[in-house]
Amino acid sequence: MKPEHAPLIEMKNIEKHFGSVIALNGVSLEIYPGECHCLLGDNGAGKSTFIKTMSGVHKPTRGEILFEGKPMHFEDPRDAITAGIATVYQDLAMIPLMSVSRNFFMGNEPEKKFGPFKLFDHAYANEITMQEMRKMGINLRGPDQAVGTLSGGERQTVAIARAVHFGAKVLILDEPTSALGVRQTANVLATIDKVRKDGIAVVFITHNVRHALAVGDRFTVLNRGKTLGTAQRGQITPDELQDLMAGGQEMVALESSLGGTV
Amino acid sequence: MSDLADALASDERIKQTSALRKALIRPELGGICGTVIVFVLFAIFAGDSGMFNSQGILNWSIVSAQFMIIAVGACLLMIAGEFDLSVGSMIGFAGMMIAIFSITLGWPVWQAILITFALCIAIGALNGIIVVRTGLPSFIVTLAFLFILRGFTIYLPQLIERKTIIGGIDKAAEGDWLAVVFGGKILGGLFTWLGDAGIIAVFERGNRAGQPVVDGIPMLIVWALALVAFGHFVLTRTKFGNWIFASGGDAQAARYVGVPVNRVKILMFMFTAFCACVFATCQVMEFGSAGADRGLLKEFEAIIAVVIGGALLTGGYGSVIGAALGALIFGVVQQGLFFANVESSLFRVFLGVILLFAVVLNTYIRRMITGER
Repeated sequence: MKPEHAPLIEMKNIEKHFGSVIALNGVSLEIYPGECHCLLGDNGAGKSTFIKTMSGVHKPTRGEILFEGKPMHFEDPRDAITAGIATVYQDLAMIPLMSVSRNFFMGNEPEKKFGPFKLFDHAYANEITMQEMRKMGINLRGPDQAVGTLSGGERQTVAIARAVHFGAKVLILDEPTSALGVRQTANVLATIDKVRKDGIAVVFITHNVRHALAVGDRFTVLNRGKTLGTAQRGQITPDELQDLMAGGQEMVALESSLGGTV
Repeated sequence: MSDLADALASDERIKQTSALRKALIRPELGGICGTVIVFVLFAIFAGDSGMFNSQGILNWSIVSAQFMIIAVGACLLMIAGEFDLSVGSMIGFAGMMIAIFSITLGWPVWQAILITFALCIAIGALNGIIVVRTGLPSFIVTLAFLFILRGFTIYLPQLIERKTIIGGIDKAAEGDWLAVVFGGKILGGLFTWLGDAGIIAVFERGNRAGQPVVDGIPMLIVWALALVAFGHFVLTRTKFGNWIFASGGDAQAARYVGVPVNRVKILMFMFTAFCACVFATCQVMEFGSAGADRGLLKEFEAIIAVVIGGALLTGGYGSVIGAALGALIFGVVQQGLFFANVESSLFRVFLGVILLFAVVLNTYIRRMITGER
């Protein structure tokens, strides 16, 4: 935690009910600029519901969201994006059939005037795309290369670069590494590190403890719709995190039967 | 940009793509090849049959232009990820509405045309709204409208006029300012000059002796070219075009970055209905009548033209120029078979074969683009 900063987002006692199902039962969290806040939890712990509440997809049943100190009510994801909260979804970040440059500016197309018409400024879009991609360490064949030819890790990186370029203050990454190989995972983690150093808050959702520990500043574990606490880097060991995520006892038994390799 | 090129060249991980491969992964490729093949074939087999004199060219140009008008709408809609199977019925319905308004109700033709356009575009919007709201496949929703509209097109004239063809529109349309926009001809002076100069054929006998056989370019062709230009411009050069690609490529991903996917899709349904209505109005003005069976199977022909033009049935990829070339192939083959004295039912065989060929080619091209193996 960096005490000199005020929290960028404060989520206070967020509850979310879907009919009779209580998905979130009072989750509180602060996110500071320039930190990588890892949100851990097993499947069904409420991670997805929580970040969807943060990014404006769901409205909380109870609880308060403060963004830069002011209460926020997001009507839809667009509001959250405008405010500076960008979410990168694992599979839905990019459209494979479209070029990198068209993807990069999707929804934020640059325009130039041409007589009475407003044209998509391809020259500008291509130039910026190549520039941003080089910053992230991806060498494109050209800005018209289809996203489908990029690897999964590169696609995540493009999506992150896009969010940063369009002024995200908070970047929510929904399991960006879960479908990636070792090398690609390392690339994405390096990208997260780069982005954090630019003062952007990163919320990194994962269920892989090692990925979390590699870049995380703080770790919050969700279990059955509740926070099991937030720990700072260096205050917690991987084993403790793993146990918290799995809900303690059973995992210890399971792990010993598997020789401690999970 | 030169330092950029150097930086790229220095990266050994990137395979250089050959110019050939780059040319291959253009959506128009199939359409361009097909057009060349078709013209070469008919030049060989029907070159001396009058297919390439002024009347012959006008003949297949008109048929191609008809296909083009509906292909442009179908193309943009397909790229946006949806189908419209009600295009053919819409053509019949629109023509019949113009006839009922102008002949039965006695309205001025321009008013009949404008009201019909408004009605058809509203039905297109309804198609779109149902698809977007219910999340049902557009295949089913527009199939329902295929039957609903066709049913009305047959029922209404029988109820009102006790017949299925309403004529006399050509007389009603005489001197009408809007009817000319759909049924008139342009560049008459140019063609008279070409006829006088002996470049194109002129009538040799009768009361029109000395006048050129082709006395102008029908507005149908002008509409086709204008719609193709408009569609291509919107798709490739505007923000909205990017939204069309995005909506069809992955609607959810597009929504997450703020693309108004529903609005895009509804607008494309409306545009398709507009195109069908242009087709119908031109046809009614040309024939001077509206028939209950007009436009049968046009929805499939439009879709086939679009697919030959390189668009993917699953949306997100395609080209208006390609679709226009697909329509040109259609028109040339349909009329060319006639000029070459080939049984015209074989046209359907050709359609089926070329459709299959185009889909296989497109699937292969998509694999190349996305790098799937």
